[in-house]
Amino acid sequence: MHTPRIARVAVPIIIGALALSACGNKKENGSSGGNKTLTIGVVAPLSGDLSAVGNGIKNGVDLAIKQANAAKTIKGVTLVMDAQDDTAKADVGAQVAAKLVAESSVVGVVGPLNSSVAKSVAPVMAQADLALISPSNSGVDLTGRDALAAGKTQVRPYKSYFRVCATDDIQGPFGADYAVKDLGKKKIAIVHDKKAYGQGLATAFAAQAKKDGATVLPTETINPGDKDFSALITKLKSESPDYLFYGGEYPEASLITKQMKAAGLNIPLAGGDGVDAADYIKIAGSAANGDYATALGAPTDKLDSAKQFLADYKAAGYSDPADPYGAAAFDAANAIIKALAKSYGEGKSGQALRDEIVKEVQDSDFAGVTGQISFDQFGDTNNKVLTVYKVENGAFVPAKTDSFK
Amino acid sequence: MQLFLQQLVNGIVLGATYGLVALGYTMVYGIVQLINFAHGEIYMLGGFGALFTYTVLLPAGTPTGVALVLMLLGGMVVSITAAVVMERFAYRPLRGAPRLAPLITALGVSIFLQELVRNFYTAKSPRPFPQLIDPTYQVQLGGGVTISLPKLVTVTAAVLGMVALSSFVRKSRTGRAMQATAQDPDTARLMGIDTDRIIVTAFVLGAALAAISGLSNGLQFGQVDPRMGALTGVKAFTAAVLGGIGNISGAVLGGFILGIVEVMATQYAPSPLSGGAWAQAWGFVVLILVLVFRPYGLLGERVAARA
Repeated sequence: MHTPRIARVAVPIIIGALALSACGNKKENGSSGGNKTLTIGVVAPLSGDLSAVGNGIKNGVDLAIKQANAAKTIKGVTLVMDAQDDTAKADVGAQVAAKLVAESSVVGVVGPLNSSVAKSVAPVMAQADLALISPSNSGVDLTGRDALAAGKTQVRPYKSYFRVCATDDIQGPFGADYAVKDLGKKKIAIVHDKKAYGQGLATAFAAQAKKDGATVLPTETINPGDKDFSALITKLKSESPDYLFYGGEYPEASLITKQMKAAGLNIPLAGGDGVDAADYIKIAGSAANGDYATALGAPTDKLDSAKQFLADYKAAGYSDPADPYGAAAFDAANAIIKALAKSYGEGKSGQALRDEIVKEVQDSDFAGVTGQISFDQFGDTNNKVLTVYKVENGAFVPAKTDSFK
Repeated sequence: MQLFLQQLVNGIVLGATYGLVALGYTMVYGIVQLINFAHGEIYMLGGFGALFTYTVLLPAGTPTGVALVLMLLGGMVVSITAAVVMERFAYRPLRGAPRLAPLITALGVSIFLQELVRNFYTAKSPRPFPQLIDPTYQVQLGGGVTISLPKLVTVTAAVLGMVALSSFVRKSRTGRAMQATAQDPDTARLMGIDTDRIIVTAFVLGAALAAISGLSNGLQFGQVDPRMGALTGVKAFTAAVLGGIGNISGAVLGGFILGIVEVMATQYAPSPLSGGAWAQAWGFVVLILVLVFRPYGLLGERVAARA
C-alpha cells in the first residue's frame, strides 16, 4: 500500500509546525538586560462568550504592571504578564493553573472570572502556595462561607486564595432589604432556575424578605433555556404579588419580564448581577423599565478613586471595556505587586518568595480603585460594597450603593 | 375556570410550536427511517434567516405586512437550503449504511449548524429579534381569557401550515408518491417514482414548516438564539413519538398534548413536583405512559413489518 502523495508532504510539515510552536511556547525566564523578570499570571476567559469581560480583567492587570514598571516600584525587576485563556471551563482552568505554577518566574495570579473555574484553579495554586486573587468570584464556598448559612464554623479551603469582591450570600439579603425596607414591597413572588447561583440567590433573598416582614409566595422554578413562560405568569398573576425576585441570568429574566408585562402583570422584576447585563434591556425592551438588579461593588465611573484609573485605561487604548471587572483586576494586580515589593526587598526568591507574597497579600491594606483593599482571615475582602441598579429609560442607573454589614 | 382556560390557551400556543417542528421529524422518519436530530437546527436557522432578511436585506420603513412575508420567505430559503444540502451531502451517501451511521451524522450536523450560526453572529447569544407584532396587545377570547397577538399569529400559521401539508400529502401527485415511498421504497422505485426526489421533498416540507415556527418564535419572544433548536428539537421529537412517529396527524396531536400537559403541570401539579422545572418531567411521564400502552404512539402505524 503506498502512501498518498499529500500525506507524504503534509505529515512532515505538520510535525515541523508542531515542533516550532512548542519552541515558541517556552517563556523566557530569568534576567533580561541586567534586570530580573518576574511574571504575574492571569487566568480568565479570553475567547468565547465571556471574552469581553475576560479581556477587561487582563487589561486591568496589564495596566497595573505597566504602571509599576514605569514607576520602578520594585527595584531591579521588570514585571511581565502571562495571560492564560481558561475558556470559562473548569477543566481548562486546572490545566492553565498547573502551567503557571510550573513556571518559576510567576509570583502571583489574578483571576479567574467564574466561580466554577476558581474551584479547580484555587486548589492547584494553594498546593504551590501561589497567591491567587479573583476580581469577580462570588461563589460562597470558595472561602468556606457556605458553612455560615448551615450554622457551622467557617473554615478556609484554599490558603492562597483571595478575592476583592463581595459574595452571593450577601447579594440576596441586600436585595431583600432594599425591596422590603426601601421600596415597601409586601407580597413577593420568587422564581429561580435551579442552578447553584440562581437557587442560592433566591433562597437567601426569600429568607431575608420574610425576616423583614414581607409575605413570600411559594417558590416557582423554571428551566434554563425555556422561552415560553406564559403558564408560570398566568399562575403568578392569579396570586397578585407586588414584586418578583428572579434568581438566575438575563436570557430567561428578560423574557419573563417582557411576557409578564405583556400579560398585564405590571410589577418590577428584580435579580442579582446575572440580570445586570446590557442584553437584558436589549431583549426586554421597554418592559425592562422599572426593574432592579443588584451587583457586587460600586459603579466604577461613580467612584472618585476610579477617575484616574478610567483615564489611564482609556489612554492605554484597550479595545475591550474596563467594566465590569477591569478595576477590580487592577486592584488585585496591585495587591500582588505591593506584596512583591515588600517581600522581594527582603531578598527572597523561589518558593520562599511565593510563601512570603501570600503572607503579604493577606496583610494588604491600601486604597484601591474599588475601595480599601484588605482581606479577612478567610481571604474575603473587608470592603463588601453592593449596588442596586434600576432600569430607567433603557439603562441601568445606580439606585443605591451601600456596604453590607 | 378562567385560570384553566387561560392555561389551556397557553398550552395550545406552546403545542403549536412543537407540532410544527414535530412534522419535520415525522415526515423524514416516515420515509427514510432516519431520526434527523439536526431538524431542531433547521428550525433555529429559520429564525436566523428571518432575522438576517430583516436586518440586512430589507430597507428601513418596509410595511410590517410585507416585511413579515419577506422574512418568512427568507427564513424558509435558509432552512430549506440547509436541509437540502444536509440531505445531499450528509445523509444520501449513507443511504445504504447501518442505521446508526446516519443517526450519528445527524448529531454531527446539528452541532455543526449550531456553531456555524454562533460564530457567524460572533459570540454573544441570544440575538434580539424585531418586534413587528406588538406582544403587549392582548386579544380577548371571552371570559377574561386573552392571547397576545404574536401568539395568535403563531397558532393561525401553525394550523394553516398543517392543513396545507395534509392536503398536499393526501391529494397531490407528489404527496401520494411520498406515501408510496413511505410504504415501500423499493416497489415505489419500480413503479417509476424518483425516490431521491421524494426524500428531498420531505426534507424541504419539514424545513418550510420549521421556518414558520422559527419566525414565530422570534416574534413571540423577541429573540433568537443559536441554541434554541436543541431544546425545541427534543420536545418536538418527543411530540412526534407521542403521536406515533411517521404519522403526520400524530405529530400535530402529540405537539398539542405535550404543550398542554407542560402548562397544566406548571399550574396544577402537587407541591413538591410543581413548577415549570417539573413541567418537562410530567411531559415525559405522559410519553412513557402512552408508550407503555401504545408502543407505536397514539396514532402510530405498525412500522415493524418493514424490513
